[in-house]
Amino acid sequence: MGSRASTLLREEEIEEIKKETGFSHSQITRLYSRFTSLDKGENGTLSREDFQRIPELAINPLGDRIINAFFPEGEDQVNFRGFMRTLAHFRPIEDNEKNKDHTASEPLNSRTNKLLFAFRLYDLDRDDKISRDELLQVLRMMVGVNISDEQLGSIADRTIQEADTNGDNCISFNEFIKVLEKVDVEQKMSIRFLH
Amino acid sequence: MEDLWCVALGVFQLWLFVVVFFITLPAMFGLSLGVTGLYIQILVKILEWATLRIQRGRQEQPSVPVPLPNGIIERAGGSMAEEMGRPGCGRFAPSDALYFCKKGLESIADDQVTQRFSSEELASWNLLTRTNQNFCYISLRLTVIWVLGVLVRYCVLFPLRITLAAIGLSWLVIGTTVVGLLPESSVKNWLSELVHLTCYRICARGLSATIRYHNRENKPQKGGICVANHTTPIDVVILANDGCYAMVGQIHGGLMGVLQRSMVRSCPHVWFERSEMKDRHAVTSRLRAHVAAETKLPILIFPEGTCINNTSVMMFKKGSFEIGGTIYPVAIKYDPRFGDAFWNSGKYHMVSYLLRTMTSWAIVVNVWYLPPMTLQDGEDAAQFANRVKSAIARRGGLLDLAWDGGLKRGKVKDSFKEQQQKMYSSFILGQNGINNQ
Repeated sequence: MGSRASTLLREEEIEEIKKETGFSHSQITRLYSRFTSLDKGENGTLSREDFQRIPELAINPLGDRIINAFFPEGEDQVNFRGFMRTLAHFRPIEDNEKNKDHTASEPLNSRTNKLLFAFRLYDLDRDDKISRDELLQVLRMMVGVNISDEQLGSIADRTIQEADTNGDNCISFNEFIKVLEKVDVEQKMSIRFLH
Repeated sequence: MEDLWCVALGVFQLWLFVVVFFITLPAMFGLSLGVTGLYIQILVKILEWATLRIQRGRQEQPSVPVPLPNGIIERAGGSMAEEMGRPGCGRFAPSDALYFCKKGLESIADDQVTQRFSSEELASWNLLTRTNQNFCYISLRLTVIWVLGVLVRYCVLFPLRITLAAIGLSWLVIGTTVVGLLPESSVKNWLSELVHLTCYRICARGLSATIRYHNRENKPQKGGICVANHTTPIDVVILANDGCYAMVGQIHGGLMGVLQRSMVRSCPHVWFERSEMKDRHAVTSRLRAHVAAETKLPILIFPEGTCINNTSVMMFKKGSFEIGGTIYPVAIKYDPRFGDAFWNSGKYHMVSYLLRTMTSWAIVVNVWYLPPMTLQDGEDAAQFANRVKSAIARRGGLLDLAWDGGLKRGKVKDSFKEQQQKMYSSFILGQNGINNQ
């Protein structure tokens, strides 16, 4: 009478994921059920088509970019560890976050890492700069056919003008952080996971 | 050897005697010996005890996961403008992408649609192996009860139910064929109704079905159209236990085909060839002709078009609402504690589905007849369909979703994404910005 979901996920793995992402034991098993229900091919990994099958994601204007964020460079499959690592960015930041190992890198759901996740939505070629073209691409995805090229171009130009401080006509990560410093990133990029 | 045969034969005869006289005959006349009622009461007591035991076990072992029937995440409901957190008015901010990002990740963690196409997760284990998703070993007593349950279900109930189902279906075929030989008359119609009713009642006993009908004054009348939410092919048996309907559907081969062809001999059902089904116009005109002849039985239609898991009602296809005539909505809600009635057609074939249903505890279902509705002025078929859907969802305690049940197999239409894009565009351009292009 064992628990079907956890028999495929060993206790050691759950502990490792817990340490890496900060999710609780029950949250990990619940998300594992979710992962297996999305995995129609039943091979332990998700492909882009598996994500596309979620209707609410398929109608999201930035759906493709979000799906891309799950897949490491050049790969077509994501396993459960990778899935959890990406979702971990959206854990709420807790005030009493116990960081046992202070020499290790910051938790995945820190403000900086959340902003980095958002930055990478824009920065498609991963060169740590958002160029005018990349900004235009994302804008086009969000507005569809409802705004003309000229108007969209001027919106992009104005945004870069306001954000660019070193005059290279691109937005670097630090400039991006500066633009968003007044935004409540913790609230906008956190999902309330139930225990 | 001889003795063994005699004994076996004797047992078999006794078995048949019991089945026929104590179950089949009372069922045919709509009477009940109260055995099923008693069985359900005992079952409820056992399940309640099991729930408490599991809750206690959960407190002792904190690593046992808690079932979350309301989802993995808690969403903040709000419009796009509210959640952007800033006034729009003609500006774009790089933080806007965060809104779509969060919505996207939320839907990956838990979405409203894909969960409707698989069985509902139970709040507490109901002692069936198949629903043992997140439950693990709690106590010896629970395990013993579970083993007893398996024995009772597979060795006692299952053979009984198979026998009843076989009797019921063969009676349907024979009875309708015989009635079909009679000339058209009111006697024929009355006999045909009798045959259908008795057969469905026997089949319902074959599933240990306990059906509670509410508001029977609203029962569908002749010349009307009955619409209901769809969970399983057994919906037909459930509804037909209380009245006769003209079924609508595609003609199949095999056993289903035999049933369909014999049924149509005694009273006019509407069966379509596969090729005809594609032609919406032909379908609508045939149904319209049936409804116009006011003496014919009410048509039974499931506008969702596919089986949903009985936690929600998905989009009603407007075709059924364009036929005209009075619509009699019916809400059907199964009690998930006693067995999972949902047919996951992608996962199980019809035969394995029936086997699973016949080895569940029982089928307990509430049927509500809603007051009849008609198309109102200034309303088109799609709006009428939505109105009926909301009424059914409200009555049955189901979630009212606008998503199409066809998403079970197909992709979502691009127009929904375009809708989102349009909304965002008008947000950043200010309300009347779209015209300033």
